[in-house]
Amino acid sequence: MQLGRVVGRVWCTVKSPALEAQRLLIVQPVTPELENTGRRLICLDAVGTGTGELIYWCRGKESSFPFLPREVPADATVVGIIDEVHVDRRLS
Amino acid sequence: MLIGRVVGDVVATQKHASHEGQKLLLVQPLELDGSNRGVPVVAVDSADAGVGDRVLLVMEGFSAMTSVGRPESPIDFAVLGVIDQVELFS
Repeated sequence: MQLGRVVGRVWCTVKSPALEAQRLLIVQPVTPELENTGRRLICLDAVGTGTGELIYWCRGKESSFPFLPREVPADATVVGIIDEVHVDRRLS
Repeated sequence: MLIGRVVGDVVATQKHASHEGQKLLLVQPLELDGSNRGVPVVAVDSADAGVGDRVLLVMEGFSAMTSVGRPESPIDFAVLGVIDQVELFS
């Protein structure tokens, strides 16, 4: 999974029926130091995330598993809301 | 798979059920010369690794979820082992 921050939302009324009732979140990947890294992407939401929250997300086919048994066409999904990130950079 | 170094961990109470009871390690993937390779990732721990350990990192869902025995779960990175030694034949 990767760290990210929810920076927006996307609404689509006309869409694939398989995406029915799915929240589309715009996620900015971040480093453990919470700096932006890489490009933003759109993730589905499996944990009821609010805007601006620090989250972690999963990519690939696995990102559709939270919605089973419904087959949802997801390639990236928010799967956790982060309370704390502990980093020990001294060693690397 | 890649070599990585555990640089921390992540605490999340609100998360997908399959992540409950899993240690979420923050792992910095490394090049073979020890330099950083990309950005740290969040990996489930199937080898009881700790901060500072050099570890074996798998980055594909099926292998990651099977390593912790949680099929059909949204997991795509896992620590599979703590590395003792690396030898590169020049």
